[in-house]
Amino acid sequence: MHYLLLLHTSTGSGPQPGTPEFDAEMARWGEVNRELRDAGVVVGASGLHVDATSTLRTRDGEPVLSDGPYAETTELLFSFYVLDVEDLDAAAAWAAKMPSAAYGAIEIRPMVHYEFR
Amino acid sequence: MLATIARRLDGDLALAEDAVQDALLAATVEWGRRGLPEAPGAWLTTAAWHRALDRLRRERTARIHAPSLLPAQESYELEAAFERSAMDDDQLAMLFACCHPALEPRTRLALTLRSVAGLTVAEIARLLLVGEAALERSLVRARRKVRDARIPFRVPPDELLPERLAGVLRVVYLLFTAGHRSSRDDSGIGVDACAEAIRLARLIARLMPDAAETHGLLALLLLTDARRPARLGDDGGLVALDEQDRGRWDAERVAAGDAALAAALRLRPHGPYTVQAAIAATHARAGTFEETDWAAVAALYARLHELEPTPVVGAQPRRRDRPRRRPARRPGAARRARRRRPPRRLRPAPRRPRRAAAARRRRPRGRRGRRRRDRHERQRGRAPRARAPVRPRAERRPPRAAARPRQPRARVRTGVPGGTVRAIQLTGPLSIRTQPCERALPSGSAKLAPARPWIATRPGPPP
Repeated sequence: MHYLLLLHTSTGSGPQPGTPEFDAEMARWGEVNRELRDAGVVVGASGLHVDATSTLRTRDGEPVLSDGPYAETTELLFSFYVLDVEDLDAAAAWAAKMPSAAYGAIEIRPMVHYEFR
Repeated sequence: MLATIARRLDGDLALAEDAVQDALLAATVEWGRRGLPEAPGAWLTTAAWHRALDRLRRERTARIHAPSLLPAQESYELEAAFERSAMDDDQLAMLFACCHPALEPRTRLALTLRSVAGLTVAEIARLLLVGEAALERSLVRARRKVRDARIPFRVPPDELLPERLAGVLRVVYLLFTAGHRSSRDDSGIGVDACAEAIRLARLIARLMPDAAETHGLLALLLLTDARRPARLGDDGGLVALDEQDRGRWDAERVAAGDAALAAALRLRPHGPYTVQAAIAATHARAGTFEETDWAAVAALYARLHELEPTPVVGAQPRRRDRPRRRPARRPGAARRARRRRPPRRLRPAPRRPRRAAAARRRRPRGRRGRRRRDRHERQRGRAPRARAPVRPRAERRPPRAAARPRQPRARVRTGVPGGTVRAIQLTGPLSIRTQPCERALPSGSAKLAPARPWIATRPGPPP
């Protein structure tokens, strides 16, 4: 079963770059990622640039590309994981290990399985 | 069906046949009363299996011991020591799935009632005082989520167990409360719900005997249920604890509850259910209301308040888990509000109460004023105007509305819509007043009808 983990945080929360807390947090992320790799459950994952988002809509057949959604909005999506695990409890257990769960929120979305050929 | 039962019984076909016969008999009664279940085949299989187990249990108990000669304590342990059946494990797994924290708290109870207790949607709607259509929708949504998000059907691993077990026990407690509340209903759903809650509590206590609170909850439910025969008067009204005929309390239930409480007290840590059960047991042990060990009750309530530091032992998520109703005012809000005011010329003219009052003073009213006005008119050569006779001032004033006595207020929280709550009003350290509150009440602050305190936990004689 595939789950998409959407990692949200709000601007200014969590340890700030340059502080020892930030370095400690990065070390913990490293541990979690190593653990995830060793367990072989990661299908895909990445951090996201929070200020460089674009949005595309097609209007009357014409693609309209616009800036945003903007990072000023309180909740920002800064990372995602796609995990292949047994059930919701397993996905939640991985989410609980992620440091940002302490100050942000992690959305767990069960994925509908599509075959791409 | 016979094959299923027989296979589960290691091929004991005779017992299986008897059990199926029993189940068919039960079905004629049950289905006649409640209508056909959704899956009659599954219903029959389950019923037959339970009856087979009952028979096995009875035979075995009779063979080993004469149950009536056993003290309640030993028979409780004996029952607990019985091997678990696959069916029970399935029910427990189902219970953990239905009470999963990923489901909305209100839905957990409804889903448990539907999927574990097997009540119909109509029955659940009546029990929980919700609309059938809305209930059906939330059940559909919940089932879909269990399937799509893959909520596991199993007893959770040890690291999750304390939290998850608390959720399951809460639902069983709410189920009992809902049943207790509607036990005045003629349909008997309330009584069924109480029985089902006790069955589930027993199941959990048997399958998870190492957690103190499982026994504590079972004890609480049994001890509370024991009072049911005395709880309602002949007119259907509630009878307060001090007026209940204690001879009508179910002695067997009290003994079973005491045994479960003893099992809970041997384990650690003790939670709110164990403490509440101990309170109930203290009342059960007293021959009369006056003989109650009030010091013990007070100490137990103090402990309960330590464990659940809320003014009400309620059922909803704690206040701090819920979003704040009103966002805090940002600093400078008053200044911004002033700035937003329209310019002076656009503002409505302010009322000038002082000037009006001054005008009234300058124009004397009443007898004195009239005499002056009459003199004025006479001087101008006119007859004084006819006037109504002047009544004394006190008579003119409309009678003031009689001051209503202030109602006591308490914070009331309910778990399910209209869940029975005991509103515990804290009036100081160690003086907790509890009032029965049988009416459906919304969350938040609510007025309580002044009633006799159900329990006054001040040490000493009751007020």
